[in-house]
Amino acid sequence: MKVRGSNVALGLYVALIFTFVFAPIVFSLVFSFNSQRFPTIPLGEFSTEWYVKIFNDEDVWKAVRNSVIVSTSTAVLATVLGFCTAYTDFRYNFRFKGPYLALILLPPTIPLIIMALAMLAWLSRIGMSGQLWSIILAHSVLTAPFAMAIIRLRLHQMDPDLEAAAWNLGGTEWQAMRHVIVPFCAPAIVSALCLTAAVSFDEFAVAWFVSGLNKTVPIVILEIVQGNIDPTVNAIGTFVFLTSMTLVILAQLIFISRQIKSHS
Amino acid sequence: MKAQRKIDVYALTWRLPIILWQLLFFVGPVVFMIVISFFVVKNYRMTEAFEFVNWERMLTRGYFWDSYWYTLFIASLSATIAMIVAFPASWALAFRASETQRRWAVFLLIIPFFTSYLVRTFSWYVILAESGVLNAILGYVGLGPFKMLNTHFGTIIGYLTLTLPLAVILQTITMANIDKTLIEAARNLGCKPLATIWRVVLPLSKTGFIVAALFCFILAFGDFVAPFYLGGSQEPTLPILILDTTKSGQQWPRAAVVAIMMMATLFTIAFTAIVLAYRKPKGTNA
Repeated sequence: MKVRGSNVALGLYVALIFTFVFAPIVFSLVFSFNSQRFPTIPLGEFSTEWYVKIFNDEDVWKAVRNSVIVSTSTAVLATVLGFCTAYTDFRYNFRFKGPYLALILLPPTIPLIIMALAMLAWLSRIGMSGQLWSIILAHSVLTAPFAMAIIRLRLHQMDPDLEAAAWNLGGTEWQAMRHVIVPFCAPAIVSALCLTAAVSFDEFAVAWFVSGLNKTVPIVILEIVQGNIDPTVNAIGTFVFLTSMTLVILAQLIFISRQIKSHS
Repeated sequence: MKAQRKIDVYALTWRLPIILWQLLFFVGPVVFMIVISFFVVKNYRMTEAFEFVNWERMLTRGYFWDSYWYTLFIASLSATIAMIVAFPASWALAFRASETQRRWAVFLLIIPFFTSYLVRTFSWYVILAESGVLNAILGYVGLGPFKMLNTHFGTIIGYLTLTLPLAVILQTITMANIDKTLIEAARNLGCKPLATIWRVVLPLSKTGFIVAALFCFILAFGDFVAPFYLGGSQEPTLPILILDTTKSGQQWPRAAVVAIMMMATLFTIAFTAIVLAYRKPKGTNA
């Protein structure tokens, strides 16, 4: 009896935590269809006014285009870098492997505002700041560790003898890479592409510092938020949520589904 | 026999590009930031120099140290709150939930961790406002309105938005990996529930918990959005100081000083935490 009572209490507590975590996302969605300028309860009327407004906004479209370019390029670059590191870690032991891994894994532990300042100063110095690809360069460094982690986890499930078997059957290292390692890692690679794209799509601090006049979607949001309360943020925000949530969910599902398959 | 020192093109193909890339776009920026902290700004232009004027300027100012201690305080406080608030939920997910439920919970919590923090903060802004959703709800039961924006409370809500999902995920995974028979043994030997948590569960999950708390601290310490939008930046945190100094004054060298102080602090704390996390408890041979 006692355990059941405490289970109910704990269950409610978990529900409360999830409410806290998801409330901002749900409210943003609800408010984006709400007619009030300053949304509160009771809600105003259903309205698509804010969506119409952003749909007709040239700047928003430009930002969306920029964001798509940045996040897809970042995803490809970060996943290639992540794959190389994951494979090197899986296959080789060498001196200075610790520092080598630290070199790629450290960036996410440094606060973004610091990376933003450092990137801005350095990229300006070498004449690479203020461009759309400045964001891509910076984001590739920030997101590669996530790609590395996902692909490394996948390689961890691989029998190292598989690669050796391919060599014994007369394949070169390159052929083994192409026909054994890459196919085995394929789900993790797709998963890494989705996750790094999502992180890049959402990142605003570094992007804001190094982008110059090339705004991405989060930068547009940041600028709107700095002015007055403007409900169009909820409409853009909902679009951002849907995009990055879809990417993160895909990243997880693709990774998990393959794991289950290879275990059964 | 010594292995032949032939250049292994295959191995280097996978190893070298990242080294170069990270040297150019990670080590380069960080080192250069240290270098520019010795540069001087003349007529709004940064000029090469080796002077300590920025260091002197920042470190002798009261507002820098006010900001420093405030950031340290509020980030530690929010990390502590995140760890405490997350604990009952993580406990439930680790010990009461089924394997499937736990997987789903972690799956769901990963989503907001990677989903626009900026928009979520703005959403809190609307929820917490004077005439916002929360005050409207409280109004129905005859409470409030409370001032929640532009307070420490607002800042901490923002930090928790960032850190709570991570705290729950890391705590849950840590506790789910504890050998359940140890807990049963403690209970069978007459250990009370709270004492079991204190004397069995927490010591066994020390490493995971310290790492979780460290991550919560790092995220809060480096965030400028929550203190800026929800805390009203009346007491600027170090990230806000960096932002202001860089964006409005073109004073990159002084911003670099603040950033270096932050990094030094973070490394000291991270190093201490990791030493503590992996230190063997006294009186065990394991």
